[in-house]
Amino acid sequence: MKLNINGHETVVEVRGDENLLWVLREELHLKGAKDACLQGECGSCTVLMDGEPVCSCLVLAADAEGAEIVTVEGIGTPDEPHPIQQSLVDHGAAQCGFCTPGIVVSAYHLLETHPSPSEADVREALAGNICRCTGYGAIIRAIGDV
Amino acid sequence: MTTLDQRVGGRVGESTRRPDGIPKATGTFEFVGDLEADDMLWAATRRLYVPHARLTRVDTTPALTMDGVHAVLTQEDVPGLPYQGQIIHDQPVLAEGEVRYWGEAVAIVAADDFETARRAAAAIIVEYEPLPALTDLEEALDREEIFRHVPVRRGDLDVHGEVVVEGYYETQTVDQAPLGTEAGLAIPDGEGGVDLYPPSQWIHVDLEQLAACLGLEEDQVRVHPTGLGGAFGSREDMSVHAHLCMLALRTGRPVKTWYDRLESFAGHVKRHAARMWYRHEADRDGRLVRVEAKVLLDGGAYHMTSDAVIANSAYFAVGPYRCDTVIVDGYALRTNNPPAGAMRGFGANQVAFAYEAQMDRLAEALGMDPLELRLKNAIGPGEHLATTGQEITEPLPVREVIETIRAMPIADVDDRPIGWGLTTPAERIVRAVGYAIGFKNLAFSEGFDDYADARVVLTTDGAEVHTAASEVGQGMVTILEQIARTVLGVSRARTVWDDTAHIGSAGSSSASRQTQMTGGAVYQAALQVRRDVLDRWGGDDLDDRGVLRNGEVIVTWEDVCRDGDPSAEVRFRHPPTEEPDENGQGRLHADFSIGIERAVVDVDLELGLARVVQIDAVQDVGRALNPMQIIGQIEGGVAQGFGAALLEEVVLREGTVMNPTFTDYLLPTIEDMPPVESIIIEQPGTWGPFGAKGFAETPTIAATPAVVAALRRATGRALNRIPVRPEDIVF
Repeated sequence: MKLNINGHETVVEVRGDENLLWVLREELHLKGAKDACLQGECGSCTVLMDGEPVCSCLVLAADAEGAEIVTVEGIGTPDEPHPIQQSLVDHGAAQCGFCTPGIVVSAYHLLETHPSPSEADVREALAGNICRCTGYGAIIRAIGDV
Repeated sequence: MTTLDQRVGGRVGESTRRPDGIPKATGTFEFVGDLEADDMLWAATRRLYVPHARLTRVDTTPALTMDGVHAVLTQEDVPGLPYQGQIIHDQPVLAEGEVRYWGEAVAIVAADDFETARRAAAAIIVEYEPLPALTDLEEALDREEIFRHVPVRRGDLDVHGEVVVEGYYETQTVDQAPLGTEAGLAIPDGEGGVDLYPPSQWIHVDLEQLAACLGLEEDQVRVHPTGLGGAFGSREDMSVHAHLCMLALRTGRPVKTWYDRLESFAGHVKRHAARMWYRHEADRDGRLVRVEAKVLLDGGAYHMTSDAVIANSAYFAVGPYRCDTVIVDGYALRTNNPPAGAMRGFGANQVAFAYEAQMDRLAEALGMDPLELRLKNAIGPGEHLATTGQEITEPLPVREVIETIRAMPIADVDDRPIGWGLTTPAERIVRAVGYAIGFKNLAFSEGFDDYADARVVLTTDGAEVHTAASEVGQGMVTILEQIARTVLGVSRARTVWDDTAHIGSAGSSSASRQTQMTGGAVYQAALQVRRDVLDRWGGDDLDDRGVLRNGEVIVTWEDVCRDGDPSAEVRFRHPPTEEPDENGQGRLHADFSIGIERAVVDVDLELGLARVVQIDAVQDVGRALNPMQIIGQIEGGVAQGFGAALLEEVVLREGTVMNPTFTDYLLPTIEDMPPVESIIIEQPGTWGPFGAKGFAETPTIAATPAVVAALRRATGRALNRIPVRPEDIVF
């Protein structure tokens, strides 16, 4: 099947029952999306699918054919981080960093759709992203400061 | 919201950004579960999700005969000592005729791919006969299933007070729930040895256990530090370690595994559930004269670190309060519940929930303000810990943190509706305030030879810090580099994580110890390099250009490093501690940390719902090496503490975990998290680098009792068990 990942068409063989997260990580070696709960509860695997944030663990890979998928790797790179990524680092919003790629994708979608979000907007947009380390304070400060 | 002085820089005292931040934010940081190797096999574990059973038949044939399966191993295949354990080696590497807790591993499989490995693991025939599960703590005590009894007897045991408060308290089993689940990679070296990349808080203690289990010399096993998605105590004990090494050595190929969340719940230790009986006696003026406590901790099926956890529960059973007569009996007990071990606070959390409730109830009985009662009894330097009798010789600002939080204005939090349907009339939503202290030891105690090795190398490209210390997310890496830059006067520093063959132990990334311990080693090593270079070249200072004298460069780094990079390796030890005598007395601890929190909570009395609207925290840190990271540790600690107060519980029914998923194990989300206002108290200690002290467990310890204190005030209820659920408030 063909997948459009971060603006590139990729041909990948899938068995049929793999979720998008598995295909991204194990077949395409895009390891930014993380595998923490596989139940859509923690948001570590968040990607954009046709512009909407989804938990890639809950998307059947086959259902992603024809959709535009954006992963954390498509938002910024170490040499050219997106301002959201830079702000998260500047505010100490990544500790262990396992949730951070999902936070980046959710925050990116928020700022694309609400360029000047209130703190309540930030909390609502990130309600599906669990962070076990930071207590969220630095994340809220970072997104408010992009 | 807390604001920070944002300074880009690298010296001690600045809010330096963490060096692995951009890789983490861009998804390029390599976590242990991201590792791969050429020609790699995948491993899966067959577990029996039964609390206690005799294995009557384990037949691996159906798995072995599947296409793509390379090995299926059981306890009989363990090459060396078939037991592991950080303190006492009592846990079978794989089940030995019996499973003693829900999810114990029975067999392991290596196959061409993960799916095949999992299907093969499921195909193993496991027949068993269920056995009665011992899951009740009092029954375990009656049956003398005691891992360790820690008695404390201090003072004149005939002394009594006029005002008496008795209480019984329970705390739940808690999962650390690090977002990264267990994963790892083992690579055979072709000469009978193996390289292991595990999830670990202390690779050298893994090495000792692994070499024994594998029947190898320690230099044949090399354990490597890895990138971890959190730990919080869950990586102090081994998980995938021996299994992966066994499979790699058997197949001669690299073997990787990864646990899903359900398996992760089975695959790591938990925070001990506790039952506690307390009796506080005071005089009419509010001075504590006698405290008695009995503390039972549920250690689960194997020792793990229970023997050390119960020591903390016993020695911190009274808190940071003065009392001359103390009787404590702490018991860590063996049951068929999941094994318990380390989690942020390490035995100090459970008793803080109890003794802080007791202090509030005593204040009520005396008609005193709760903070006034705490101030009246607060210990300080030169005084003695109520339990062990140890003199406090380091700064310990108990009074200061209490006075500081009392002076903090209570935030005027907006009156947002509490948010659950607006069915409750406004007057039935009550706001209340609660306070509680967090108090704990720093680094390892009771005479343990606790040390950290580090090597500092000065290169033409700045300082290199070599360490085996686990960076679990806490930000130790930032601190080590700040220390090296500050001592050596250079702008650039980087951390090199060496495996167990290339550097000595850094000790555990636990017990709030790495800033002081590995930080202390880096500080001493960098100082030695500095002195050596200055002596060799006759300089009086260093900077990015080289060695200076009177502000002028006398030799550049290129010339200094021409004959080799200057370096020094140091083994750093904290002030020695003693083993307890038969009454639990002695200088058992190297240092202590104190913090206090105030919780402002809204409670819907009709629906039983609670919302924490504000937390204020005052935290002793010795000296603030990185204020931004300190704030991050306080806020993260608060989140875990209030999670334990209101949300989190590993629900056990006769030893079976009923909620081993993130759907059913509730973690605080960003919508639950209140704003946190933090004040850092700096009273430099004598032995940590630049006077720094560890502290990152105390914010968690304090948050739980502070939230519940506020709930008690709002509801008038005893609320002697956590987590406090809606039904505890309504019915």
